[in-house]
Amino acid sequence: MTSPDLLYSDVEDDLRSSVRSLLADRCPPTAVLARCEGDRPHDLPLWSTLARELGLAGLLVPEALGGHGASAREAAVVLEELGAAITPVPFLSSAVLATSALLACRGAEPELTSLASGGLTAALAVPLSAAADGAFPGGVRADEDGVLTGRVGSVPDGAVADLLVVPAVGPDGPGLYTVRTDAGGVDRSAPVPLDLTRPIADISFEQAPGRLLAGPGQAEPALERALLTGAGLLASEQLGIAQWCLETTVAYLKERTQFARPVGSFQSLKHRLADLWLELVSARAAARNAADALAAGSPDAPVAVALAQAYCAPAAVRAAEECVQLHGGIGMTWEHPAHLFLKRAKADEIALGTPGRHRARLGHLVGLPG
Amino acid sequence: MTTVTADDLRERVRALLAEHDPGSTDRDDFLRARFDAGLAWVHFPVGLGGLGAPRGLQAVVNAELADAEAPDNNPPRIGIGLGMAAPTILKFGTDEQKHRFLRPLWTGEEVWCQLFSEPGAGSDLAALGTRAVRDGDDWVVTGQKVWTSGAHSARWAILIARTDPDLPKHRGITYFVCDMSAPGVEVRPLRQITGEAEFNEVFLTEVRIPDAHRLGEVGDGWRVAQTTLMNERVAIGGGAMPREGGLIGIVADTWRKRPELRTPDLHDRLLRLWVDAEVSRLAGERLRQQLAAGAPGPEGSAMKLAFARLNQAISGLEVELLGEEGLRYEEWTMHRPDIVDFGGRDAGYRYLRAKGNSIEGGTSEILRNIISERVLGLPSEPRNDKDIAWKDLPR
Repeated sequence: MTSPDLLYSDVEDDLRSSVRSLLADRCPPTAVLARCEGDRPHDLPLWSTLARELGLAGLLVPEALGGHGASAREAAVVLEELGAAITPVPFLSSAVLATSALLACRGAEPELTSLASGGLTAALAVPLSAAADGAFPGGVRADEDGVLTGRVGSVPDGAVADLLVVPAVGPDGPGLYTVRTDAGGVDRSAPVPLDLTRPIADISFEQAPGRLLAGPGQAEPALERALLTGAGLLASEQLGIAQWCLETTVAYLKERTQFARPVGSFQSLKHRLADLWLELVSARAAARNAADALAAGSPDAPVAVALAQAYCAPAAVRAAEECVQLHGGIGMTWEHPAHLFLKRAKADEIALGTPGRHRARLGHLVGLPG
Repeated sequence: MTTVTADDLRERVRALLAEHDPGSTDRDDFLRARFDAGLAWVHFPVGLGGLGAPRGLQAVVNAELADAEAPDNNPPRIGIGLGMAAPTILKFGTDEQKHRFLRPLWTGEEVWCQLFSEPGAGSDLAALGTRAVRDGDDWVVTGQKVWTSGAHSARWAILIARTDPDLPKHRGITYFVCDMSAPGVEVRPLRQITGEAEFNEVFLTEVRIPDAHRLGEVGDGWRVAQTTLMNERVAIGGGAMPREGGLIGIVADTWRKRPELRTPDLHDRLLRLWVDAEVSRLAGERLRQQLAAGAPGPEGSAMKLAFARLNQAISGLEVELLGEEGLRYEEWTMHRPDIVDFGGRDAGYRYLRAKGNSIEGGTSEILRNIISERVLGLPSEPRNDKDIAWKDLPR
């Protein structure tokens, strides 16, 4: 096994700066907070800029289909920045989860071309909590004409998707179907989400017309591939969250004065931040390792992804919890954005497999059975 | 200057092996020839065992020589010389010092130890009280040092001593090379909780050190010592490793071979530690890639902190996993080992020895101070010892 490349390339650094400077301009935490109090929590104008002008919608789509033909390594860098700004755009759901599922199916070129152009936004119709090692979802059934009936809950960014990639059980077994959300028979409702910046949707299909993309034997690995890719790249979003929380807390502790000293000079607080920094350094290695393994199509990718999720998910939660605690009273207010990061980190911990589930998976993969 | 490539190094290794067949050459002769060929530490300068090549290329040389079954310099036995004395001599030594000390240091013909800590100066190392007084071309050194690993087999020591007690503590220190065979040097074993005596107390009574063995300027010893200490932390936390290459591999093997020991609680804890160990290994690998790419990050101290915590947790789990066997200990006889070998002893030894990992080379608490102040830029605690002459400090 060759060593993974755990650093950032120049191209990746350039991509990061473009995304970061756009987000600094268009997506400060105050704007995110204001937006999620309204009835349109997604920032679709910003998504349109990211998708079309920066080409992020088609980052993973081959150039022949109008995409950038980039790898999971570049998508990971984008997710670090989107996480650090808790950007309410459907990048993970459309450009990673749905796109990866479509890329694993034959005959999805028309959909991929539309996605890459930014003309269409998609969502993978599974609960955000779905994990790659789970059973194939059975909540939606398809008839022999591809007409879908059933329900799926907690679909990330489902409310703003034009196209749904739906795992459903057809007459011959598992299948992946695409369904336009503007077709009849698709009903979407928005439950109140814990994470205000990545809204979820409950979706019902009542005789909704679908198109069969992959049948039994192909649908399961395609779904697994999408969920594995999503989980591996989510680690980079979690890294971005942890990074913001640490930087913001350090800055605050330097400026906040109590007992006639900056509170950041108290050893009890400094040591907690040193530990957080160590976790951040470690999370970066784990997230880079997962992105590199996915990009390289390494046989070690399932281990790298489970490892990254088992480590980065709790690391992001801890960073956000420490951020709230070390800000004291202000950290508990609605006005300060720390709670948005806490809510995102906690939802991300459940997303695409909990840390415990990923640890159990590792136990199987590396030969440490219970 | 042309850049040295991996192919150049392979060519040099071939030439070395052609002239000095490892099968028939004396070990020390082979190592001296390797040093003179610039293949000892390729990132060192030409003439001092290196070729001014990128540090990352050392792996190429080591792999080629390992394939040829050439002898190596047994790095664990001379870790203090390689990891601490050498980088300090390289950075602060005179040409004469570099040429006198580095070659036998690297070949292992001369073992080095470190005379830094004192009974009254541990975490607050800069408060040290061993005195060095100028007398003609010599310095006369008197004091007591402690936690000196390998002092009983060392030829040389790196030593810091107080040369001006009237200055504040950081400013009156000077750095020396001390001859461990000089009159007045007395080494006594210091038995530790494992039962053995890996460390020593060293008593210095009017030991004469020539001024030519001073490293750096008089009064600049604290700054010189920082180079030593930073390299120590990288050395302790570093080293390329395969997956399950550390203590976690020992526990994982036991887990696989002994299903009768398994419980759900131990399984959960084992997997958590496996994750932490593997992520730490990757973070160390990332640090090495940064160093090889010429962009050293501040992760060295972090790696040492992570390594201490992991070793303690894993070795603690191992004793518990073994159940009844965990009640036994190999033996408590006092030995004076030359190297620390975690893998070669039993679980109880690993558990006890790992307790030192968060104390030696900077306690985990001091490392957290370093990270928070030097990496994160947080202010230091208010201090009352910075502007007071060392001799007037409360003690």
